[in-house]
Amino acid sequence: MDLRLLDEAATADERDAVDSLLGTPESGWDGGTRQDSDLRYARGGHTARDRRDLLLPALHAVNDRVGWISRGALNHICRRLTVPPAEAYAVASFYAMFALHERPRRVVHLCTDIACAAAGSDGLRERLAARLGPPGTGSGDAPAAWHESPCLGMCERAPAALALQAGAPARFAVAAPATPGGLDALAEGGPGGRGADGDRPSPASDHPTTFHPGPPPGASPEPGPAAAVPDAGSPDHVLLRRIGRVDPLSLDDYRSAGGYAALREALRLGPAGVIREVTDSGLVGRGGAAFPTGRKWNATAQQPDAPHYLVCNADESEPGTFKDRVIMEGDPFSLVEAMTIAGYAIGARTGYLYIRGEYPRALLHLENAVSLARERGLLGPDVMGSGFSFDIEIRRGAGAYICGEETAIFGSIEGQRGEPRTKPPFPVEKGLFGKPTAVNNVETLVNVLPVLLMGGPAYAAVGTAGSTGPKLFCLSGAVRRPGLYELPFGATLGDLVEAAGGPHEGRSLRAVLLGGAAGTFVRPDELDIPLTFEGARAAGASLGSGVVLVLDDTADLPAILARVAAFFRDESCGQCVPCRVGTVRQEESLLRLRSGASPAAEVPLLREVGRAMRDASICGLGQTAWNAVESAIDRLGLYSADDPAAPDPAPGGTATPAPGDRAATEEAR
Amino acid sequence: MTVPVLLPTPRRLIDATIDGESVRVPEGTTVLEACEAAGTEVPTLCYGDTLTPRNACRVCVVEVEGARTLAPACSRRLEAGMSVATDSERVRHSRKLVLELLGSSVDLSTTPAVAEWMERYGADPGRFGPRAEPAALGVRDARHAGAHEPGDGAAAATVEQPAKVDNDLYVRDYSKCIMCYKCVDACGDQWQNSFAIGVAGRGFDARISTEHDVALPDSACVYCGNCIEVCPTGALSFTTEFDMRRDGTWNEEDQTETTTVCTYCGVGCNVTLHVQDNRIVKVSSPHDNPVTHGNLCIKGRFGFQHVQRRGDG
Repeated sequence: MDLRLLDEAATADERDAVDSLLGTPESGWDGGTRQDSDLRYARGGHTARDRRDLLLPALHAVNDRVGWISRGALNHICRRLTVPPAEAYAVASFYAMFALHERPRRVVHLCTDIACAAAGSDGLRERLAARLGPPGTGSGDAPAAWHESPCLGMCERAPAALALQAGAPARFAVAAPATPGGLDALAEGGPGGRGADGDRPSPASDHPTTFHPGPPPGASPEPGPAAAVPDAGSPDHVLLRRIGRVDPLSLDDYRSAGGYAALREALRLGPAGVIREVTDSGLVGRGGAAFPTGRKWNATAQQPDAPHYLVCNADESEPGTFKDRVIMEGDPFSLVEAMTIAGYAIGARTGYLYIRGEYPRALLHLENAVSLARERGLLGPDVMGSGFSFDIEIRRGAGAYICGEETAIFGSIEGQRGEPRTKPPFPVEKGLFGKPTAVNNVETLVNVLPVLLMGGPAYAAVGTAGSTGPKLFCLSGAVRRPGLYELPFGATLGDLVEAAGGPHEGRSLRAVLLGGAAGTFVRPDELDIPLTFEGARAAGASLGSGVVLVLDDTADLPAILARVAAFFRDESCGQCVPCRVGTVRQEESLLRLRSGASPAAEVPLLREVGRAMRDASICGLGQTAWNAVESAIDRLGLYSADDPAAPDPAPGGTATPAPGDRAATEEAR
Repeated sequence: MTVPVLLPTPRRLIDATIDGESVRVPEGTTVLEACEAAGTEVPTLCYGDTLTPRNACRVCVVEVEGARTLAPACSRRLEAGMSVATDSERVRHSRKLVLELLGSSVDLSTTPAVAEWMERYGADPGRFGPRAEPAALGVRDARHAGAHEPGDGAAAATVEQPAKVDNDLYVRDYSKCIMCYKCVDACGDQWQNSFAIGVAGRGFDARISTEHDVALPDSACVYCGNCIEVCPTGALSFTTEFDMRRDGTWNEEDQTETTTVCTYCGVGCNVTLHVQDNRIVKVSSPHDNPVTHGNLCIKGRFGFQHVQRRGDG
């Protein structure tokens, strides 16, 4: 392809970052030194364009090394991969974590989403603004830039902040719960550039990882993953049983705690046997859409087109959700094993693990796990000596909720913009690279391990008839012991809130947000809702990704709704009109209501916009962008016609129409 | 002389229902095509007869019986037994809202037929409040994905900004851009393979852009004008048209259209000359031409000045 590039060159650092990912360029055609022989024939063409899926990793490589993507760096990437610069720019500008203007090496992401806002992120925001100037690209010689971030998935220790520092290797640090002092350390601590001890190779340098395992100087280390599980070590745990009990970096630990027994069993059963067990288990997707996993696998396995792909959706971004992070940080090998089993069942040789960019520690642990598994023959050309060939490629998102939508994730992996695709065709027919693909959430996949170890029918006996197995719930907000809870399906919402210690002393419940920003609010008198797919559905709510965000009587509901609306506006990909403009109009209306506009005028407008978003948007993001607002109006009585200020309608008041199987979050976001 | 007749692969006929009427169409026909054949009008904006449907604007949505959401007529293929409603209350509601949302955020003054649809669906774009002030040039292009200033909701945000005039041939007035993706597809692998523009940014801040928003002469643009050919709203227009509209002299009713053959090379593309007051003001190309499908190169599209040099230099 004839590329026309801007006349700007990459710095040595930028070149090195890209070339250490892509290898040394072969000729002048792909960014190397021009030689005489280059003048006689063109290289590139299809072979170069076939590597388009390395565009996102290449952008990351530069952003990780120097903190932003310059014109010269983008040029170099384009030349290396034969990507037109306008397309590379289109992709780079799609992601919130990439900067296309110069900024300091260190960037602080301050979570201002629901749980963190309730825990006081407002004050922290002001503190950062005072220290570092306005959010954005950083001002003058400030030591760091900062952004307000959507949910960072650390809701159990809100308010949370994450600092990423570019360098070789890049580093990360977390402050959660973020104290003013901890935040200052993130923003200012330590030398900003390379040098100092920042360049010391990581301890396990034979397994290079994207991030240095230690925090940058000045920042305090993060507590272990088990800190997110209040009853870690409980004998009742199935999915969380290894969290806190094994070293997440040790394959030996994993194997001695029962690891890889399920894969052995899978290899014994054969692909069809695995699918039969999974189908018998009644396992359904945990990302939000609750689609039967066995059916998805079977449909993918039977496609005549080849190759087949597996995609693990670890782009957990639904506000209030952190279950997948805890699994990936605390028990990363279980995901690697489960992906191997899934790949075996559907006939895939490659599995893509797409993890959100805001999870550096989970990425570190998974990179280590994949390297170790490969080294021991648990991944690679001959898995466990069975002749089955399977490997995992990890792909990191860069700050885009929409990439967790099951078709947008394909675009993101392929090096395109993360825009959802129209269905049909469904992923099982035409998914990643246009080939049959099974997309599964992290929690769904790790459930396959107990399915195989217990047997499908025994697994199906856990939980209720319609919702089988154990389930992870992400408890956050105004409870005494927020964290990740594992319960068999069947417990009620009240049981769960009780398990988390209930509201703080002297406080009463105001509402519970079920299912995240794409979910629904329920009232304190609805705590008897059974936390099953069918139970939530019958109550006109949705379990979504397992978010249970508790709000007490101090909660500022109008502010929360405005935050939810701002979230959807920020995260809309912009492809379709109902969502691109509808989310803007929804936010504007909620802001007017907050400043005292008449609900009699605004609520009908919100309803009309919401209905069009639900009916006419391409994907689940737009289709669910009005759920929480609608439920706050209809179930909580916010902005009700008679008394806008006073909440608490009579119990049994108007209920939202049952969203039915309306897909929330990941699998059909 | 015998001429071989190329027949398409035979396609099975399927029966379906549109607005209660049975239709029988070849398998693979889209709902939009079936509606057109049946004489049912479906409004479209982002659909292009020479492009793969992007189903982005959602103004063509129809209700498929039993489906959870509405379906875009332009890309959804009719299936046997499918029952489609093109004018149900749900359909009318979504079409109305799509028109209102677009009308409140984009300048639709040069979009054909939109005023009539607004009336048909009772759309009132003004009800979201007064329009926000247009952004200064470059402000929208500098926006960072996933961040915005919430404001107070008093004014309805728009995409309006000054037109981009950076070359002699055509103008990009993105105040009128509905983000249909057609120019990007025409510039990219569907026709021209120049890849000079892409969709940059995200959400409401998404915009059509060259790399780093550089001016067109610095980009990969080859001035084929095939983006202008497919633009449904007049956001992309010949400089002649843009200037005449600004001066109030643009008058489509006074224009004649003459389709002829481009004289530049041996390909023989069809060009349609739009002439007003004996001057060529615009060049388009018939979409049904089996060779060019409405596409031209810079010479056919813009190389007409020599025709009207009447001794003035």
